[in-house]
Amino acid sequence: MEHKKINLTLKVWRQQNAQSKGSFTEYKVSVSPDSSFLEMLDDINNDLEKKNLEPITFESDCREGICGTCGLVINGQPHGPIPRIATCQLHMRNFKDGDIIYVEPFRAKAFPIIKDLMVDRSAMDRVMEAGGFISVNTLSVPDGNAIPIPKEIASEAMDAAQCIGCGACVAACKNASAMLFVSAKVSQFALLPQGQPERYKRVESMVKVMDEYGFGSCSNTYACEAECPKGVSVKNIARMNREYFMAKVKSQNVE
Amino acid sequence: MIKLDSKVPEGKLEEKWTNHKFNMKLVNPANKRKYDVIVVGTGLAGASAAASLGELGYNVKAFTFHDSARRAHSIAAQGGINAAKNYQNDGDSVYRLFYDTIKGGDFRSREANVYRLAEVSNNIIDQCVAQGVPFAREYGGLLDNRSFGGALVSRTFYARGQTGQQLLLGAYTAMNRQINLGKVKLYTRREMLDVVVVDGAAKGIVVRNMLTGEIEKYSAHAVILATGGYANTYFLSTSAMNSNATAIWRAHKRGAAFANPCFTQIHPTCLPLHGENQSKLTLMSESLRNDGRIWVSKLKKDMRKPNDIPEEERDYYLERKYPTYGNLSPRDISSRAAKEAIDDGRGAQGQDAVYLDFKDAINRLGQKVIEERYGNLFEIYETITGDNPYQSPMKIYPAPHYTMGGLWVDYNMQSTIPGLFVGGEANFSDHGANRLGASALMQGLADGYFVLPYTIGNYLAGDKPTLVKTDHPEFEKVKKEVEDKNAKLLSIKGKRTVDDIHKQLGRIMWNKVGMGRNEKGLKEAMVEIKALREEFWKDVNVVGDSKDVNQCLERAARVADYLELGELMALDALTRNESCGGHFREEYQTEEGEALRNDEDYAFVSAWEFKDVGKWELNKEPLEFTSVKLATRSYK
Repeated sequence: MEHKKINLTLKVWRQQNAQSKGSFTEYKVSVSPDSSFLEMLDDINNDLEKKNLEPITFESDCREGICGTCGLVINGQPHGPIPRIATCQLHMRNFKDGDIIYVEPFRAKAFPIIKDLMVDRSAMDRVMEAGGFISVNTLSVPDGNAIPIPKEIASEAMDAAQCIGCGACVAACKNASAMLFVSAKVSQFALLPQGQPERYKRVESMVKVMDEYGFGSCSNTYACEAECPKGVSVKNIARMNREYFMAKVKSQNVE
Repeated sequence: MIKLDSKVPEGKLEEKWTNHKFNMKLVNPANKRKYDVIVVGTGLAGASAAASLGELGYNVKAFTFHDSARRAHSIAAQGGINAAKNYQNDGDSVYRLFYDTIKGGDFRSREANVYRLAEVSNNIIDQCVAQGVPFAREYGGLLDNRSFGGALVSRTFYARGQTGQQLLLGAYTAMNRQINLGKVKLYTRREMLDVVVVDGAAKGIVVRNMLTGEIEKYSAHAVILATGGYANTYFLSTSAMNSNATAIWRAHKRGAAFANPCFTQIHPTCLPLHGENQSKLTLMSESLRNDGRIWVSKLKKDMRKPNDIPEEERDYYLERKYPTYGNLSPRDISSRAAKEAIDDGRGAQGQDAVYLDFKDAINRLGQKVIEERYGNLFEIYETITGDNPYQSPMKIYPAPHYTMGGLWVDYNMQSTIPGLFVGGEANFSDHGANRLGASALMQGLADGYFVLPYTIGNYLAGDKPTLVKTDHPEFEKVKKEVEDKNAKLLSIKGKRTVDDIHKQLGRIMWNKVGMGRNEKGLKEAMVEIKALREEFWKDVNVVGDSKDVNQCLERAARVADYLELGELMALDALTRNESCGGHFREEYQTEEGEALRNDEDYAFVSAWEFKDVGKWELNKEPLEFTSVKLATRSYK
């Protein structure tokens, strides 16, 4: 079912390393509309390698929109023009013959560029390590059905839990805020009975580390939700703000 | 010749694991902090092992080639995880899960391992719920279940179509907690390129720092590999782009036997190919087969649109051939049935595809219910293909998905190299010749949470391994070998790209070591792979140098290993003169075209010992069945 190929001009950000100055390099491509965006980049790389030129460095892994590895800013939008998908799920049928496409890395203070389109998002893991867990040891747990959870609550927790940790929310926000990402985990556990014992300690620890790594404060523009490949709701940010307020009210850490 | 001792404990099947846990040696709590354990891979098996070992007090060093532990490909598992909870009161039990799994594996797995897997399955659900995994619930607040292939009970727990994601994030959070407590040290963007064996025991690993290109050495008292399977040998598979066999392959070359390499799973419900530049295949969860009906036209070369084909001209071939299990027949059987229909010229609109149709389910339950159950899978389908599966049936095609084979391990999950343990898809232990749906997640977490933490302790307390420092000459030697190999790859400067050669290997594997195999094809495959391997080492072009990020070099090193492993897969398939599970030898089939097993001569595990590139010695571990009766697998 091969459709007619479309011709495109790509302007791709190339940057040798964190210290060097980057710039756009132009590539002309002819691609099947059934191809994915990343498969188009694979093609370009294969051609570059044939010419013994260094391929474009970009990251991807599952190519099913769930691992969160991929992430490009395409024509100014994280993960491209189609809502609720990751870059790897973007297909070329969404572009027209003759289009010019700008491809850039996620840009944020907390995401330094490593090379070309590859960035360092490890700050997000540092926030998770600070408190994004429920402290239970292996095997010291009750039966799964001993904790009934209303279907709606489980479903709401799942809505938040499906965050893939890609960082598009940070790249979309003019303040490079990670509030959507952090609030998704805070919400998941704040909603569930299992998360109650550490509820306030968790949000305090996570927000503290989030601030330390240079993520900005919420811009209230909802750009994060608009670009989130899983459609994680800004309601979670509201919930996190409430949780944080309560944590400060109840906190034992009197400053 | 390696001595294969399965170390299966004595006693009744139901008591083996309990007795073994009691008989294993324990490490004094105060001494645990004196032991270092390396865990390679942070998927379900790796992250859960690292978390549990950290909790126990060991010093864990965890390694991943990803930027974050949460990216491992376990995350992509969709449908669910099995457990013998019998919450549905439909007659499930540990024994039934054990039996289904061993039968599903076509009686080519080790009885005691499979029983233990079924036994600990219930602990997994409890563990994950306690970690805050948001499993699907019923209105009463209790856990919901659905059915998967190869079972007549509802024992699959799920979190929408993202079960793997939620379970992996559960293990990831458990590991993060240990990182926070200082018991696990996580090394990201490190690719393991070799294992270091000193005086016959594993003492550490050598990795490439993927940011700086530096080759680094790490030592420990024991090493766990949880690095996944090798389906990417086929180039196109449902594995992630970076999933690879290098860690287990390099361990194999250092002395770890490789078991049943030809046991590969071709999953029946994946999206069809769209063209030459396709980079991977996307799975559509098996859970869809709960409500979807699989069919092709009764006519050959029927180019009509699916909705224009009247009911009486449709062949619901799984329901016709296997009325008891129908659309929920196991994966190997469903894939072969699809191949048969397509080979007969009845593929969907002349393509390599069959239909997966939800019309009846939508009419019966309403679109809303179907949306709730499979909404995100339908969205994925539409995003990729541009077609709306609520309106016309999905088109699906089989694709390489999972590898049952892997490094040989004993009951303690220890490979033939003492001190080298293997968990999850990287080992061969539990699925025989075919894995049932929703059992990979179960095995990964069983190994990591509930088996390895015990058996590692037994090794440390019993064998009293010493710590070898990384300035030991063997570490230096292995590091040098890895550096030389990378330098060699970079120096060839030939004409062919890495992907070009990998794709060619994939075509050989798919055509001759794929769904149907025969002696002639397998012999040809071995000759072709060997020739391609020689061409690779003469004519590949690896661009750049090894001083910083070089994805081309990363891929080249992996493909170099596939070019050796692919030959072993073909050799193993050629040696196994029977059909069982995913291994279908065309010479060995019944009159109805079903797999013809040969228990008399082939009820063994093939454990291949590496002698030199392209040379192996076969060792056999006989499979003894004391509790189940070997029977012809029937789903009719």
